[in-house]
Amino acid sequence: MMSSTSPSIELIGSVRSESEVLFGDLRLAVRANQWTCLLGTSGIGKSTILRLIAGLPTHVKLDGSIKSNDHLPISNRVSYMAQNDLLIPWATVSANVSLGNKLRGEKFSPEKKLKIIEKVGLMDHKKKYPFQLSGGQRQRAALARTLMENTPIVLLDEPFGSLDSNTREEMIDLTFESLKGKTVLFVTHDPHEAARLCESIYILGRQKTTSNRSLKPPFPKTYSDKLVFDLQYSLLEKIKSNRS
Amino acid sequence: MKAIIYIVCTFLSIFFFWELAVRLANPPPYILPTPYSVLVAFKENSLLIYEHSIVTIVEVLIGLTIGIILGMITALTLEIFVTARLILRPLLIFSQSIPVFAVAPLLTLWLGYGILSKVVMAILIIYFPVTSAFHDGLSQTPKRYLDLAKTMRGTNRRNLLYLKIPHSIPSLCSGIKLASVYAPIGAVIGEWVGSSQGLGYLMILANGRVKTDLMFASLFTLGILSITLFGLISYLLQISLSKYLKA
Repeated sequence: MMSSTSPSIELIGSVRSESEVLFGDLRLAVRANQWTCLLGTSGIGKSTILRLIAGLPTHVKLDGSIKSNDHLPISNRVSYMAQNDLLIPWATVSANVSLGNKLRGEKFSPEKKLKIIEKVGLMDHKKKYPFQLSGGQRQRAALARTLMENTPIVLLDEPFGSLDSNTREEMIDLTFESLKGKTVLFVTHDPHEAARLCESIYILGRQKTTSNRSLKPPFPKTYSDKLVFDLQYSLLEKIKSNRS
Repeated sequence: MKAIIYIVCTFLSIFFFWELAVRLANPPPYILPTPYSVLVAFKENSLLIYEHSIVTIVEVLIGLTIGIILGMITALTLEIFVTARLILRPLLIFSQSIPVFAVAPLLTLWLGYGILSKVVMAILIIYFPVTSAFHDGLSQTPKRYLDLAKTMRGTNRRNLLYLKIPHSIPSLCSGIKLASVYAPIGAVIGEWVGSSQGLGYLMILANGRVKTDLMFASLFTLGILSITLFGLISYLLQISLSKYLKA
């Protein structure tokens, strides 16, 4: 349905709302086939950047540009996964997974859908409704829907934020593994997640957004990696100093 | 089950105190009959009440069906076309400031003494609650779902079909339930103003002939019919749309 090669994205400019400047001088390079992290405290406007890239309405104005290296439009090849799983309450897991196909009125292969549901481990739950699932299972369903969309660009808005630590570990591995080969922009406030998953890390601040050192591939790093802890610590320090 | 016992007990005690009050105060039977004499009147006139009930039921069911369909169409039109919203909504709200009672004589004048004027009356009285409830549901579809639909490149028509309409089903159901209570009121108002059939007509007739017991018997029949209709419709909505009504 669409080109499967993932593009890289470049966002340059300033972002302001009616009353204030959110980001004065923003320069983000989201590279193809890897995870790029936007790290910042809650409320700084991380999600707004995702909305801008996804082409969704925002309360802000971007003076600048969002471009892809292949010069094709971006907003029609993104899928979006948020902390709130955004599952449709009246539809089963299975129907939620193929929601995008239904909204576009396109045919899809049921085998492919089943494969994805199996991959995220929800085979036994595919006929259930979201309210019958646990938080982790709901997030798995949201991941399955994202995989079903199969877009080259994936925007993740704190997708692990509401999970308990065990579930989070499983979800991190599963998500990273299944989004291989895609351009992933990952928004989080957690330096630990950033250190483990991202090949590029940006720390968002009001005045300036800084590109930070990240770890060397391969990713994801394990929970107990010593390097992760070191980087995590220095990231935390920088976020703090950015805020003050 | 417990609820049913409570209701039955409540009604039994109301009838008991009513009977007691009439026996103590002893008003003339044309002012206030005893519950027992109402029951007797009901039994003696059961065929009469039955025939007139059928007329009212038919009026209500036709009015309800057409009113709900018209209300739904209007709500969808309001949701789809911005211009319709700008023109129709103020008009709809203005129309609600006119009491339906005031229109009833006009309807009889225009549509005659037959069933039509009563059906239209029922439609008029339920049209607004259905429209309003359904349109509220449609326009209050959470933005996060619509944003998701946008990233999925869903078309407007399909967003309406698969997101907005399903989301609005609980509000639509409230509107329909409200309509099922209002529709009999509309039909009976129509019958009062001018008719030769129906429970409303029977009430006016009984009242004019000081057959207060028959008047009460008709009134209770109307009440029971309305409650049954409400219960039946609530039940049907619940079983047919349960997946949309769950939390």
